[in-house]
Amino acid sequence: MVVREKILDMVVGCFKRHGAKRLDTPAFELKEMLTEKYGEDSGLIYDLKDQGGELLSLRYDLTVPFARYLAMNKVKKMKRYHVGKVWRRESPTIVQGRYREFCQCDFDIAGQFDPMIPDAECLKIMCEILSGLQLGDFIIKVNDRRVLDGMFAVCGVPESKFHAICSSIDKLDKISWKDVRHEMVAKKGLAPEVADRIGDYVQCHGGVSLIEQMFQDPRLSQNKQALDGLGDLKLLFEYLTLFGIAEKISFDLSLARGLDYYTGVIYEAVLLQTPAQAQESFNVGSVAAGGRYDKLVGMFDPKGHKVPCVGLSIGVERIFSIVEQRMKTFGQKIRTTETQVFVATPQKNFLHERLKLIAELWDAGIKAELLYKNNPKLLTQLHYCEDMGIPLVVIIGEQEMKEGIIKLRSVASREEVAIKRENLVAEIQKRLSES
Amino acid sequence: MAERAALEELVRLQGERVRGLKQQKASAEQIEEEVAKLLKLKAQLGPDEGKQKFVLKTPKGTRDYSPRQMAIREKVFDVIISCFKRHGAEVIDTPVFELKETLTGKYGEDSKLIYDLKDQGGELLSLRYDLTVPFARYLAMNKLTNIKRYHIAKVYRRDNPAMTRGRYREFYQCDFDIAGQFDPMIPDAECLKIMCEILSSLQIGDFLVKVNDRRILDGMFAICGVPDSKFRTICSSVDKLDKVSWEEVKNEMVGEKGLTPEVADHIGDYVQQHGGVSLVEQLLQDPKLSQNKQALEGLEDLKLLFEYLTLFGIADKISFDLSLARGLDYYTGVIYEAVLLQTPVQPGEEPLGVGSVAAGGRYDGLVGMFDPKGRKVPCVGLSIGVERIFSIVEQRLEALEEKVRTTETQVLVASAQKRLLEERLKLVSELWDAGIKAELLYKKNPKLLNQLQYCEEAGIPLVAIIGGCPKRRPCGRNQKENKPGPLHLLS
Repeated sequence: MVVREKILDMVVGCFKRHGAKRLDTPAFELKEMLTEKYGEDSGLIYDLKDQGGELLSLRYDLTVPFARYLAMNKVKKMKRYHVGKVWRRESPTIVQGRYREFCQCDFDIAGQFDPMIPDAECLKIMCEILSGLQLGDFIIKVNDRRVLDGMFAVCGVPESKFHAICSSIDKLDKISWKDVRHEMVAKKGLAPEVADRIGDYVQCHGGVSLIEQMFQDPRLSQNKQALDGLGDLKLLFEYLTLFGIAEKISFDLSLARGLDYYTGVIYEAVLLQTPAQAQESFNVGSVAAGGRYDKLVGMFDPKGHKVPCVGLSIGVERIFSIVEQRMKTFGQKIRTTETQVFVATPQKNFLHERLKLIAELWDAGIKAELLYKNNPKLLTQLHYCEDMGIPLVVIIGEQEMKEGIIKLRSVASREEVAIKRENLVAEIQKRLSES
Repeated sequence: MAERAALEELVRLQGERVRGLKQQKASAEQIEEEVAKLLKLKAQLGPDEGKQKFVLKTPKGTRDYSPRQMAIREKVFDVIISCFKRHGAEVIDTPVFELKETLTGKYGEDSKLIYDLKDQGGELLSLRYDLTVPFARYLAMNKLTNIKRYHIAKVYRRDNPAMTRGRYREFYQCDFDIAGQFDPMIPDAECLKIMCEILSSLQIGDFLVKVNDRRILDGMFAICGVPDSKFRTICSSVDKLDKVSWEEVKNEMVGEKGLTPEVADHIGDYVQQHGGVSLVEQLLQDPKLSQNKQALEGLEDLKLLFEYLTLFGIADKISFDLSLARGLDYYTGVIYEAVLLQTPVQPGEEPLGVGSVAAGGRYDGLVGMFDPKGRKVPCVGLSIGVERIFSIVEQRLEALEEKVRTTETQVLVASAQKRLLEERLKLVSELWDAGIKAELLYKKNPKLLNQLQYCEEAGIPLVAIIGGCPKRRPCGRNQKENKPGPLHLLS
């Protein structure tokens, strides 16, 4: 949990740095809110039992609730972040019989603005977070829904098959082109020539020069949709260069992304593994993703008013497992409490003094503990401090009471000094601020 | 048209029939049959009626937290969490749902308020009703014998919501619990110390912590002549004494729950008493109560508790109150509840009554219910009723017209002239990379006035203006080098 908290603090810190407000929504929504928003994935939604009231479902992501919030409150512009759990009934054939609850960290910018500036900021945020977490090298693949659709069109994919072909292409990060081509031709009924033409495109990736190249492509440049997408990507790359992150971004024509509601730019961040990591079968897939979705809010608004949106989601669960794994490998110890001072005594019948003393420390805001024993042994108390990583001990006993002092001991160095009782709090605060 | 109207009416009536059947919990086949009829009627209306015209809302009893509410919530949580940490607690988290069987039989009469998940072919699940039962399950499952933990998360209850009084179906709980076999009453005293520290730090006004003990209650019922079988139900009547008068409670016990009037009167003699440690002493001398072993144990523990509370400096905030009963079944020893005495309001305004804001107690038998060998782990803990605290703090801020910032942005990067987007993007990126909280408007050529207005509304303290300066704003800036101008402090 402590690891999770540190990671979440870092992510939230970045969102706040970019001026986002925080939002929270209920764990469940009216079932009808979630219907038809997730395409094929709708079967993975957890429903609540019909207990005579409204039909409810647990939220599947944080994006649809956000769109619902915007429409419900007639908000036209908002920059918000949301950290919360979502629930998906993963199919047992894909993820061994496990239904899933996991945390998502979303950042979204809603509103009609000048093109690509918010989109660029989303990518900047993704880079800041992934760099800040020190997970190693990463790359962010970028594409555009319109470029994909335009590409399918010029290759000869029938419109009715766009969606199905899109999900095949989406698998290119996990399986080879050969296998994907096979699926498209054999299972999805695509003509082999069409598949090959697609292959020529989707195996391309590069920087802004690839965009220029695509602009010149005889087939693609005939398609208006694709041109729109390419134009936006070009502008995006200009801004990313000004943000100093262009070298981390790759225009990748194989990036498809599952969800139905994307309408423009889409992106996905993956960690680049060292050969050693790849051997440990450490592949965790993407660690962050997002894109532009201009029509989702309109689906909720009674009059269909659109609010364009762009956003990102950090896959914190994957990041947690990577960091935890790393800590295990390096044998890093982590404290689970923040206790600063332990109140101990070597003698019997000193409970009352310990209680009075600890209350003084708590009232001064010092993080302190004591053992819940009337007459604990000193050694037991000191061991507790070592186990828990508590840095300081205050020791009180008969002798100390007579002299009006307290012994203050450093657990690590075992050095002990005598402090006047009335100066104890001040002395402890001084020590703590110095460390 | 008339035909259509008649058809729509039929659809409406059929819809009500279906709803009615569901409420009456009619058989599944019956409901299905009527639903099929409904769908057929709807189909007759035509394809456009198939599209849902839903009402845009959150589920009943739940709400979104707006950015303003989130900012307030964070402030409150920070106070609470720092107190839990000050007392050396570790943090844990558990899933939002548990196996249905884990929650069954733990909440007594309240079990009907549990949200179940639909049977979709896997395990039967229910949303957690509190954080205590999951904690006990966690302890038993991991064979832990001692831990001091806090847990802040939402819980779910299909109650009758009263949103204006802070009672929701989905709401936050902040729990702190100490599990383990220890010397008596020390952890219990620490729980009370924590409750006092939190309520004081939140500055929501004066408060009082009522304390009682399950064994004293049971002992009292026994010597008053309450039949064993009626203990629980009489307990829930007595529990209402904080909301209704003794007369009404007595009526319920005699009129509805079949208690004889003399027994009710005996109870009345006790439950109307409250006081400090002197009352504990008094009851230890009580001729009837001192005959009951259970009650004696409870009284002795309370006496010890008061000693420790005095050493902790909080005895003046604690009241031994014999009418405190507390709903939940699993308490076995000391129980406590904190109430606000009076909410701080502007003079002349109506005070807000919000009931208890924190509560808890000892529950030694719960973990044993989960352990396969029935091994017990004694526990004591508390729960802070933050939703009520949120509304109090919100109201207080509104009354004082205090502004709450919803972002922490420190600098707005602005431009005074057109075509400076590139410079703004470069500069804001520099600030972000240095860890400074900064924003810019998503416009290529925003007007300076709009940018300054944005700052005022959002409470952003500093603005960095690039570009030639408008009149009246001195600015030693070199456009060629594209360095930022002096930072203007916004008044």
